[in-house]
Amino acid sequence: MAQSPRTAPLFLRPASYRQRRRRDAARLLPVIGVFLLLLPVLWAPQDTFYRDTAPDGIYLFVVWAVLIGLAMLISRSLTATDEDDPEAPGDQGLGQ
Amino acid sequence: MPFNILVLSCLAYVIFLFGVAWAAERRADRGRLGWLQSPLIYTLSLSIYCTAWTFYGAVGYAARSGLEFLTIYLGPTIVFIGWWWILRKLVRIGRQQRVTSIADLISSRFGKSNLLGVIVTVIAVVAATPYIALQLQSVTLSFSVFASPTDDGFAPPGTEATAVWVACGLALFTILFGTRNLDAKEQHHGIVTAIAVEAVVKLVALIAVGVFVVWFMADGPADMIARIDASEIADWNLQPGRWAGLLFAAGAAVICLPRMFQVMVVENADERHLATASWAFPLYLFAMSLFIVPIAVMGLERLPATANPDMFVLTLPLAEGQGGLAMLAFLGGFSSATSMVIVESIALATMVSNHIVMPVWLRLRPAKAVSGDVRRLVLLSRRISIGVVLGLGYAYYRMSGGSTALAAIGLIAFVGVAQFLPAMVFGIFWRGATRIGAALGMTVGFIVWAYTLFLPSFGADAVIPAMVFIDGPWGIGWLRPRALFGVSTMDPLLHALFWSMFLNTAAFLTGSLLTFPGPVERMQGAAFVRVFDTTTGSPRGWQRGLAEPEDLLVMSQRIMGDEDALVFFEAEAKRQGKAGYLPDPTPEFMARLERRLAGSVGAATAHAMMSQLAGRATVTVEDLMAVASESAQIMEYSARLESQQEEVTRTARALREANEKLMQLSIQKDAFLSQISHELRTPMTSIRAFSEILTEGDLPPELVANYGRIIHDEAKRLTRLLDDLLDLSVLENGTVQLNLGLSNLSQMIDRALASASHTKPERSFVIHRDLPMENIFIRTDADRLVQVFINLISNARKYCDATAPELRISVRQKGGRVTVDFVDNGSGIAKDSQALIFEKFARLTDQTRAGGAGLGLAICREVMANLGGTISYLPGQGGAAFRVAVPLRLERKAA
Repeated sequence: MAQSPRTAPLFLRPASYRQRRRRDAARLLPVIGVFLLLLPVLWAPQDTFYRDTAPDGIYLFVVWAVLIGLAMLISRSLTATDEDDPEAPGDQGLGQ
Repeated sequence: MPFNILVLSCLAYVIFLFGVAWAAERRADRGRLGWLQSPLIYTLSLSIYCTAWTFYGAVGYAARSGLEFLTIYLGPTIVFIGWWWILRKLVRIGRQQRVTSIADLISSRFGKSNLLGVIVTVIAVVAATPYIALQLQSVTLSFSVFASPTDDGFAPPGTEATAVWVACGLALFTILFGTRNLDAKEQHHGIVTAIAVEAVVKLVALIAVGVFVVWFMADGPADMIARIDASEIADWNLQPGRWAGLLFAAGAAVICLPRMFQVMVVENADERHLATASWAFPLYLFAMSLFIVPIAVMGLERLPATANPDMFVLTLPLAEGQGGLAMLAFLGGFSSATSMVIVESIALATMVSNHIVMPVWLRLRPAKAVSGDVRRLVLLSRRISIGVVLGLGYAYYRMSGGSTALAAIGLIAFVGVAQFLPAMVFGIFWRGATRIGAALGMTVGFIVWAYTLFLPSFGADAVIPAMVFIDGPWGIGWLRPRALFGVSTMDPLLHALFWSMFLNTAAFLTGSLLTFPGPVERMQGAAFVRVFDTTTGSPRGWQRGLAEPEDLLVMSQRIMGDEDALVFFEAEAKRQGKAGYLPDPTPEFMARLERRLAGSVGAATAHAMMSQLAGRATVTVEDLMAVASESAQIMEYSARLESQQEEVTRTARALREANEKLMQLSIQKDAFLSQISHELRTPMTSIRAFSEILTEGDLPPELVANYGRIIHDEAKRLTRLLDDLLDLSVLENGTVQLNLGLSNLSQMIDRALASASHTKPERSFVIHRDLPMENIFIRTDADRLVQVFINLISNARKYCDATAPELRISVRQKGGRVTVDFVDNGSGIAKDSQALIFEKFARLTDQTRAGGAGLGLAICREVMANLGGTISYLPGQGGAAFRVAVPLRLERKAA
């Protein structure tokens, strides 16, 4: 820690800035997931007469696979650069 | 397959798992954790989420309701890919507070309240019964499907007998597996590794059946899709309420289920593993779910309409004549059920023993709690709890008739454990959450769940009379269990989920807003909510100097075990800059000790036990201000000052101790000079006097002989004294010649006991030895080591003041060192003298009743230093206790 008492900087170094955006992405991912998984509700398969188990099933598994892939990318990039962010706040806010 | 071969293969599989667990435990004991703590093992152990419900029940679920079964795996997926929100915080809190279970987490968050611990434990045990019944039912069903009579006409037992045997077998297995020892931190490497192996078995089995169905029974994916379109479940019935509700319930359950909490938080060895599990665990669920619909479709197509869809995974390969595949599927299902039952009952047993048995015992026998053998009590209560939990599961299985769809039973348990969610999530994000609110919320939620879902699951007239379902209790229509407040259009499960969660959260929030938290509660709340804010110190509350460190050590030994407690205390003393085993009872030390104990018996119990010795914990205004202050800079600055000050304090303490020791040594030196001149002069005087008399001649011969003997004795005493002094100076200079060789420790102790028996031969000693442990060959200087033993044993003979004196000699081998403890049952050595006894001419009593010059222990210390070992005084063993530690193989020093 450089000086004490110190004030939070207004702008961050690019590395720290990227790190915070990666954290935002990690927070956002489940929200996207919930949206995509609730989408079939709007298609209302119970009211249609299509045979929609197979297409809906494929949609759900594709969404699932995409979510897993994104989660892997995000968690890898987060752990790889976890240590080198001296400006890391606690868990108080969503970043400046 | 013949029934007896089936049972044999199950046993063989269980023994194999046992071997895996045993090997992993051995590895962990040797400190070679390596891959035992890899993210892969962590992720695989999380797969106990997939129980027999997934393995058998998911296919049945898909055959009944189409794609709805996916919610059970999509809910956890969302929680895991959203690990940055909740799981990361939970794991950090779990590690920082040494949480032992979900009950411990909630009780600890709300001021280490035992009431909450009891509520959570009761809910968890009741909610687990349907879930365990599900496992029993699936194993029993798979036995009845798979087993055929043996060749000699031995028919398999009926389903009820099978269920009893399965329950007993699982209970025995879990007790053997999970309660062999009481860990300092509730981590079980053996079990986690065994579960990881089971995770692989069930995944491979399910995928093998799936591959068989898609590529061998059907003609690949395209044909499979065509078959799905042609099947009964081609047009699935998505009910929006159930779809969203089940996503929520499954997401809640993956955090709140006691066994998930156990593997996810308690067994977590490294927070980074969670980052890997955040995508790897959803991937596992994905792989488990991929072939469920094809298996269900093929089962509906090929098998008779009477076949139980819950057993398709097993009956489909059987019907196709694939015996090997069916066996694999059977073992997969068996794995799913056993791993779930083991971890669930261990987690529940920990909760019962820490939050119900220990507090009750602490209240009934407060004095014994700090001195009695707590470890045995804890282990015993855990074993009994495991039996009780499985017994309850069996009772539920019998009462529900064993014929319900597996998924329907599992969902009852999910909604039950979801009642922890408001208290837990609000507890870690909102500092305003209070104990009363949490207790109210969980109690209300539990009652609503029991009334609308759990009790009705036994069927009408079983617990709740059929009339109540139709007219409500006492004719009050809006209290009907399936239509609370007149909501009658909802699906029963959704109805129970909605009302229990709504009323739970409402009661929790109202209670929290209206009540005021106590000081400990506020401290804990701040520590939990701001767990990532590293400048917030851990809550302290113990006052300096109220507890005797020796009493604390005695209590810790009862809980953590002798060795671990001594190691912990020694490390703490070193941290304070002190030598020996007894640190000062500073608030920091007390807080660390409490947290360490909490790892064994839970926060609430540890807190209560510490209070027995240290008085009530108080929270000072400064503590509260330190937590409440939002200004991180000031905190950080003062933390830095504090650490500097700590450093200074530590140095000052070391200096003070050194100074004190010097002063005492100087006094001792003076005493030594007068002592030595006295010791030398006494024999000299008598030698001179008697030789004068002799020179006068003219004495009767018997007098001459007598005087001559006196002169001889006195000269011998002089020589011995000079020998000792010489020995000491040689040893201190390190110029001593060591006579290294291999010798048996047991024989050395025999020799020492024989030689020492000449000291005070009139006292009879009871000697306790552990002959098998003593049978070690040590490469050392046997004569020198025996000299030390003789000294210690004769000291015990001289100074032990018990009326029926006993001496316990215990030997332990650890790493490359052997420790030999000599413990007698006398009154021991006073605390302020313990630092001095190894100094030259330190004799604790002024009277020279023992007739030594006070060099014995000083020589021992020097001998041990020359043998590359140590000798130290062990406090808190109920008498004078000395520990001799020698290296197993002493290498000759490079000359």
